[in-house]
Amino acid sequence: MSLDNFNVQTKLGQPWKRPPFIQKKLLRWTIIFGIIAYLIAAYLSVDVNWSRVYEGLERGKKFVLAFTNPDFTSRSSDIWSGMIESIIMTVTSSVVGIGISIPIALGAARNVAPLPIYLICRGIIAISRALQEIIVAILLVAIFGFGPLAGFLTLSFATIGFLSKLLAEDIESMDKVQAEAIKASGAKWTQWINYGVQPQVMPRLIGLSIYRVDINFRESAILGLVGAGGIGATLNTAFDRYEYDTAAAILLIIIGIVMALEYISGIIRARVQ
Amino acid sequence: MPTNDKNGIKIWQRRTNRESIFHWLLWLIGIMIFTYCWQQISKSTTWFFVWDAPRIATDLWTRATPPKWEYISQLGKPIWDTLNIATLGTLFALIIAVPVAFLAARNTTPSRFIIRPIALLIIVSTRSINSLIWALLLIAIIGPGVFAGIIAIAIRSIGFCAKLLYEAIEEIDATQVEAISATGASRWQVMVYGIVPQIMPAFAGISVFRWDINIRESTVLGLVGAGGIGLQLSASLNVLAWPQVSLILLVILLAVVISEWVSAKVRGAII
Repeated sequence: MSLDNFNVQTKLGQPWKRPPFIQKKLLRWTIIFGIIAYLIAAYLSVDVNWSRVYEGLERGKKFVLAFTNPDFTSRSSDIWSGMIESIIMTVTSSVVGIGISIPIALGAARNVAPLPIYLICRGIIAISRALQEIIVAILLVAIFGFGPLAGFLTLSFATIGFLSKLLAEDIESMDKVQAEAIKASGAKWTQWINYGVQPQVMPRLIGLSIYRVDINFRESAILGLVGAGGIGATLNTAFDRYEYDTAAAILLIIIGIVMALEYISGIIRARVQ
Repeated sequence: MPTNDKNGIKIWQRRTNRESIFHWLLWLIGIMIFTYCWQQISKSTTWFFVWDAPRIATDLWTRATPPKWEYISQLGKPIWDTLNIATLGTLFALIIAVPVAFLAARNTTPSRFIIRPIALLIIVSTRSINSLIWALLLIAIIGPGVFAGIIAIAIRSIGFCAKLLYEAIEEIDATQVEAISATGASRWQVMVYGIVPQIMPAFAGISVFRWDINIRESTVLGLVGAGGIGLQLSASLNVLAWPQVSLILLVILLAVVISEWVSAKVRGAII
């Protein structure tokens, strides 16, 4: 509320009204009408087969009950090998992805890299971010054949877009004074990066890397759906065979590992920052 | 300051000797784990296919270009479905995520030891499972179609939105809340006049951000049968109609870029 059009006389004697979230009246009403019109159009075009949904509730109940009684044993060897494969894909793709994204992040930071390199690196990041993991996985499976190699390549590729972008932003917003001090001491370019830039972005790099490991693990769980290795294939089979207890067991393991990773990453991030 | 004595001259080094041995050990263990994992991957890979990959890739490229432009006339409805899945999914997710966030935030939760852990459990479990898996599950339960996609997106987004929102609630300025409660406001009035105005920008930002992610995710939900443009993609892949596949991929790319642009604009306007 700007003070210029705040007229005390007109406001006197009237109860206070909360200022609206969007100040311009016209914009507010257009947005509200637009939303209502869209919702009606959307509701009309989404035809829901309610009798089918009602039938499904019974199965849904069975699935929820399966969570109280998950079956870890009868498919334990499949679950175990799928899980190991997922973890292996997570580890390798995180290491390779982070290794590649550090130079690309340096190249994508305007205060470190010259313009041509900057444009190339930003281009790589944009491509990697625009392509969905699962679509990349489909193409790579078609090219490299079934198996964890396609999943590994997919996750590494996706890691580059995520990590380089955030790391480059951090490098761009670093403190110039420290970096300049190193340069003033006559350091070479590599020394400048190593002693002037790297210590400043290290906490963020560690935090982002751990977060990315977490994401990679979660993503590795679905890559199996398109044949790129990991636990996804086992999970898909369990759903297709209506073995809800096995599916519940797999989901519980995924949730458990993600929770553990998040807990560990919380501790590590608190220590480095 | 760690130094290294060399012929009586002290030379600065970054770490003490013990620290550097420890560092080397960590690196060694890391490299050993990585090598082991790489061997496992290498074992389950048919290397012949990999060496053959450049030929296959060029072959795919010649098959997929040029895209079959006429096919775009059949993509209107799938795109509309995709948009609906993302938008309605985000909407449903927000309806559930807001109360969950209030129950999970330390400063608004009614009970710290019973309700807060339950809310956190909801957040973690919905967040850690990908929307494709939720879609698989929902298709087994309520049958294939757009509705399964909407619910899958909604469930996956609850955890994400609620987590960011409860962090925003925990970071609010307590003095404003105190000022409202000092006027004798009830619990609900404190919520509406003290807390909600403070988190409104964060809330709007989070919803648009999640909507953008949901557009991405809903483009591939069709691969498991949950409606949207992914259905066309998987149908085209199954019959190896590569010119159609390349057109669909282009459309998806365009949708992702547009949604990201919209979300960046809206967030820029809010913040």
